[in-house]
Amino acid sequence: MKKPWETEGGTVVDLHEGAAFHLPAATLGLRVFLAVVTVVFSLLIVVYADRMGYRDWRPVSEPWLLWLNTVSLIFASFAFEWARISACRGQIDGVKLGLLAAGGLTFAFLAGQIVVSQQLVALGYFAATNPAVAFFYLFAAIHGLHLVGGLVAWGRTTAKVRRGIGPIQVRLSVELCAVYWHFLLLVWLILFCLLLLT
Amino acid sequence: MASIGAEVAHVPPAEVAEVELYHPRSWITKYVFSQDAKVIAIQYSFTAIAIGIVALVLSWMMRLQLGFPNTFDFIEAADYYQFITMHGMIMVIYLLTALFLGGFGNYLIPLMVGARDMVFPYVNMLSYWVYLLAVIVLVASFFVPGGPTGAGWTLYPPQAILSGTPGSGGGILLMCVSLALFIVGFTMGGLNYVVTVLQARTRGMTLMRMPLTVWGIFVATILALLAFPALFVGAVMMTLDNVLGTSFFMPTIIEQGEKLGYEGGSPLLFQHLFWFFGHPEVYIVALPGFGIVSDLIATHARRNIFGYRMMVWAIVIIGGLSFVVWAHHMYVSGMNPWFGFFFATTTLIIAVPTAIKVYNWTLTLWKGSIHFTLPMLFAIAFIVTFVNGGITGLFLGNAVIDVPLSDTMFVVAHFHMVMGVAPILVIFGAIYHWYPLITGRMLNEWMGQFHFWVTFIGAYTIFLPLHYLGFLGVPRRYFEMGETSFIPESAATLNAFVSVVALIVGFAQLVFFFNMAWSVFKGKRAGRNPWGATTLEWQTPDLPPTHGNWGETTPVVYRWAYGYSIPGAERDFVPQNEPPDRVAALGN
Repeated sequence: MKKPWETEGGTVVDLHEGAAFHLPAATLGLRVFLAVVTVVFSLLIVVYADRMGYRDWRPVSEPWLLWLNTVSLIFASFAFEWARISACRGQIDGVKLGLLAAGGLTFAFLAGQIVVSQQLVALGYFAATNPAVAFFYLFAAIHGLHLVGGLVAWGRTTAKVRRGIGPIQVRLSVELCAVYWHFLLLVWLILFCLLLLT
Repeated sequence: MASIGAEVAHVPPAEVAEVELYHPRSWITKYVFSQDAKVIAIQYSFTAIAIGIVALVLSWMMRLQLGFPNTFDFIEAADYYQFITMHGMIMVIYLLTALFLGGFGNYLIPLMVGARDMVFPYVNMLSYWVYLLAVIVLVASFFVPGGPTGAGWTLYPPQAILSGTPGSGGGILLMCVSLALFIVGFTMGGLNYVVTVLQARTRGMTLMRMPLTVWGIFVATILALLAFPALFVGAVMMTLDNVLGTSFFMPTIIEQGEKLGYEGGSPLLFQHLFWFFGHPEVYIVALPGFGIVSDLIATHARRNIFGYRMMVWAIVIIGGLSFVVWAHHMYVSGMNPWFGFFFATTTLIIAVPTAIKVYNWTLTLWKGSIHFTLPMLFAIAFIVTFVNGGITGLFLGNAVIDVPLSDTMFVVAHFHMVMGVAPILVIFGAIYHWYPLITGRMLNEWMGQFHFWVTFIGAYTIFLPLHYLGFLGVPRRYFEMGETSFIPESAATLNAFVSVVALIVGFAQLVFFFNMAWSVFKGKRAGRNPWGATTLEWQTPDLPPTHGNWGETTPVVYRWAYGYSIPGAERDFVPQNEPPDRVAALGN
């Protein structure tokens, strides 16, 4: 069998066009980035699970606002999905409204997370109080920072749409933002379940 | 078989769109905030070498103390611990990782795969500036009250943030912030390297036709993307312990009779996180070196690399296995001894693909037309050094032998051979090899020979005796030995000798830096492809390569990167993009 690195025979190996996957580079880039983020949150979960086994673990009841925040994030994901479908259908109005709603709901989620932290501090639950509280702040902060990073991409996509760039041209940006938001929603749901159950 | 000429003449256009190039319009966007990977590579390289020189000076200070204790009043115990910490962290992360991935990766990947640039040029540009910010924050730690952290490059808690350790205030905080910034920057760069290799190769450049340099950097980047998160998580949690008083890593502690507010944390947890990053990190440094050495040897011995497919798989397998050996750094940490058994086993297994690479390099040289050029000298020196250093790693990889050798100078000697001397030799060899490509001129041969021989012999003279000191039991990270009955007087004499040699070797590096600066203006003009290399970076229409790399059309690749000394060919090398109908009758 001819080894692929040997030529001669002169075929340009099956006219291979140079890409390993039939994907836009940005899509592959996002998937690789999501793999990295998965490692970050997996490590956090492993560390949390390890720490939970210690005698000084004192669970803390979750403020009700966390449920509202979670619902905000779910709706933000829906809004992005709406924007994505509108972009596929060439409906620019749907894209605009979807992006606006997604951004607004995400900002609401982040604001809600800050309010929850302030509520916990007001109740005397500082980061140093006990490890369960410390982990809540850690999870919320790292997840929130990833959302903030996503909002940079959301901002650039929204700016493109406001400049009048058509739905087909922004389709990839909207799709990537939607995938990222769905991923961060899944991460938050897992973290939230962990916090609830432990 | 169909007519070769007809097939080549009718190659349809590539289906993958070329990278959209950003064309700079001003001096600032061309040379400062450049999106051209070649400029970004030079930026990374200069910054990495600059901070590396800081670490080199710190090593001289350490050697002055070790060689001549009670002599230099300006070096106190606290200073010494700060020197060892900053020297180690800078060398491993801010020099070696940055230079191999950010420097060589940015310059060579697009050129070697036939792309015009990286796939995300704007993000690539940002990655450098985030790296520079990380370096600035690190340097700032020298100037805060208390100075930089003296916790050792491993930053183990609880000591790292306790008041008895130098830099336990601002120093460790800035170190953690700097590391977090570095990791963010490298994630941005790493996405570029991985996606460019996967998606932006030119027509005909299959993965199994890529030069091993690209494979080494590619797999190292994947390791970096998956391993750095562990350091990120550890650094963030340590910062919270330090600033907010959480107890992720801090157990109950009584310090100078006073119980601190910490409770219940686990220092061992930090060690697991750190070394889960730390072991892949050493392969992030080693794998690009492996790849580069393969290409240097093939080019300068005019031979195809022996067992190319095996070499690729060895790189991939080493990368994979590097994630399951981390706790061989923790045999004496108090972890469950059965873990030690598991990790000792995996550590011995990882030696197998590494050894295969050494055999293949040797077999590449066997009956090759070896040209003892400076790149070849450095490449051979790397192989010898990595074998020596790797063998001492086998000692340390066995848990039982590691117990008496742990935290002695034997460990210091081992990791300097494999992480310090060997990769640095590759960097030098690579610079001598690719300097003509980047500048159009050759480095001065006489200065280069002086640099090589003093560095090679000097480095062995420094680090071989340290193995002996380790066997004697001389501990690492000690400011001074004082009155120690089991360590003979001769150890002090040996330390003094090593220090003198270290200063001489340091001087030789100044000659190298001078050579790099001088040769830009006065070096012999290189001409086109002075080494007769087959890889694509030497086949650009303009040398040095200009913006866009390839002129009107990207190259088409017809063969692998090791078309050397092909029987019947007109020349002793056939570039990857040479159409088959222009090569004389071939043996196939």
